[in-house]
Amino acid sequence: MSREVRGTYAPHRYTRMILGPLFGVACFLATITGVVVLSVLLGSVIAAALRRPDGPPWYALGTNATELYHFLASLVSKSQSSDPTAAGFRIGIVGSLWLLGMVAVFAIPMGVGAAVFLEEFVRPGRLRRVIQTNIANLAGVPSIVYGILGLTLFVRGFGYKSFAMGRSLWAGSLTLSLLVLPVIVIATQEALRTVPQSLRQAALALGATRWQMIRDHVIPSALPGILTGTILSLSRAIGETAPLLMVGAAGSIGVLPKGPSDRYTVLPVEIYNYAKSPKVPFQTVTAGGILILLALLLTMNATAIIIRNRYGSSARG
Amino acid sequence: MIESTTDVGVPDSPDPWSGPSRLRTIRESAVSLFLLVCAAITVLTTAGIIVVLGVESLAFFRTSGISLFDFLGGAELKPDGEPPKFGILPLIWGTMVVATGSAIIALPIGLLSAIYLSEYAHHSVRAVLKPALELLAGIPTIVYGYLALLLVTPVLKAIFAPWGIDVATYNALSACIVVGVMIIPMVSSLSEDVLSAVPRGLREAGYGLGATKFEVSTRIVLPAGLSGVVASFILALSRAIGETMAVVLAAGMRPQITLNPLTSIETMTTYIVAVTNGDAPYGTPKYLSLFAVGITLFAMTLTLNIFSGLVLRRYREVYQ
Repeated sequence: MSREVRGTYAPHRYTRMILGPLFGVACFLATITGVVVLSVLLGSVIAAALRRPDGPPWYALGTNATELYHFLASLVSKSQSSDPTAAGFRIGIVGSLWLLGMVAVFAIPMGVGAAVFLEEFVRPGRLRRVIQTNIANLAGVPSIVYGILGLTLFVRGFGYKSFAMGRSLWAGSLTLSLLVLPVIVIATQEALRTVPQSLRQAALALGATRWQMIRDHVIPSALPGILTGTILSLSRAIGETAPLLMVGAAGSIGVLPKGPSDRYTVLPVEIYNYAKSPKVPFQTVTAGGILILLALLLTMNATAIIIRNRYGSSARG
Repeated sequence: MIESTTDVGVPDSPDPWSGPSRLRTIRESAVSLFLLVCAAITVLTTAGIIVVLGVESLAFFRTSGISLFDFLGGAELKPDGEPPKFGILPLIWGTMVVATGSAIIALPIGLLSAIYLSEYAHHSVRAVLKPALELLAGIPTIVYGYLALLLVTPVLKAIFAPWGIDVATYNALSACIVVGVMIIPMVSSLSEDVLSAVPRGLREAGYGLGATKFEVSTRIVLPAGLSGVVASFILALSRAIGETMAVVLAAGMRPQITLNPLTSIETMTTYIVAVTNGDAPYGTPKYLSLFAVGITLFAMTLTLNIFSGLVLRRYREVYQ
């Protein structure tokens, strides 16, 4: 009997033994690509920022670090210029910070408000499904389409002179606010869903109104999740280039914006303008700008991730 | 003593229940009104996008005198020519080249790393790798575009030079590579979420029957999470189609239909940037054409996004 079975019993022991680890290694390598890309990216950008004819060799880490620090510090203090030695990013950085603040003021209340409305005020049903689908689709709209929207609606006011904001910080920040709104809404909704139902019931049982329950109990309990989502979305706004090119941050500007209706430019747009330049010396300037941008973004994102990892589990309570 | 008894049950003592406070009622309804407005803004944004793109595209077709058929079927794009030609096919071709090329890079790598993270990785390794991938996802696209110029194109030139093959400074291949790398975190994190959600019992049943880890991963977990994996593929494709800055810096702006990935191409997104940064005044056919291209782009990405949602919902395996 055992002889007959032997013909159909084919365990492929050897193949299976080999295939498993091979696949595991392939998967591991694929995962590592991300980390490799990140390090290659940072390494090459730093190398490009330090590239000059009589620079110290790459292994002189201390000298290179101080030199990089001085280089970036000088870029932060200098303004736009067609001369690579005098070029810097001061106006762009100030513009980006203005934009960051204005987007935070517009988008956070709107986004959190919409999420609270969807999670706490509307019963599951048609209305909620429509808004929910709509937000999911908005999150997938390419950023350049928001640029077109901002250009027509905010910059030109759809042709009505009195509504047109021109190429001002108002137009730029409103456009970016609409862009990050779905991200904030989705993140806030997820955070609100982790708040246990018993907390709401306890608050209501003690006589709190719906708003008191949300303000004093639900939102504080969901705050780490909301903060994480908000910071991530704001960092997306900081790095966004295409829509701002469209709504008018493109031009070369020599003065700092003083108020929300002034013209402005932002760091990524300045980087784009320098990157386009055919002159080789501008490569160092571009690389320096990218390092400043990355430092800003990585700090924001790391803060968000730390907040989530530290408070994420306790919020689920 | 007598006084104390009269003190109990005073007829005109104030009722401890003061009724609903008017201020509170007003505040409650004001708050819910504000929240409703917030939610309405998201709906209005969609409406705004559709109205803006629709109205201005109609204006384009009216002022340029180009029929919808010539626009969608035209193989020549010469907005400055005499007479100007607005055929969108070269742009769609360029977009498709970038989307396909980046998908070839991103989909396998993203899927494999999702399998690694959900099936193979030790808890502590995962705790390091996941945030790293998230950081990668947070890098702005302009940085990837600069990376193409700084690193990818010179490397490609060095590779192809010994064969005497000319690589243009702006070329489609480097755009595919950087956009592919850019969307890897998206594929892997979305797929990983779905694979991790596959119940443990399924895996244990597989191991109990003597399957290896490889077999459990590819024949049990992957099929169970397939809807989510496919949905993440479609979303990544839609992201590649809508990608702008990386492509502007890597692929250049030359509208042509070519199979050679080493020359410059133009995508729909780069055309829009080129027109806004150009000197075409408002109201001219060239300026208005950006809206017609924009509505095509919007329609394509919206279709893909809706399709991805449908796949996720319809083919999801529901576990108790």
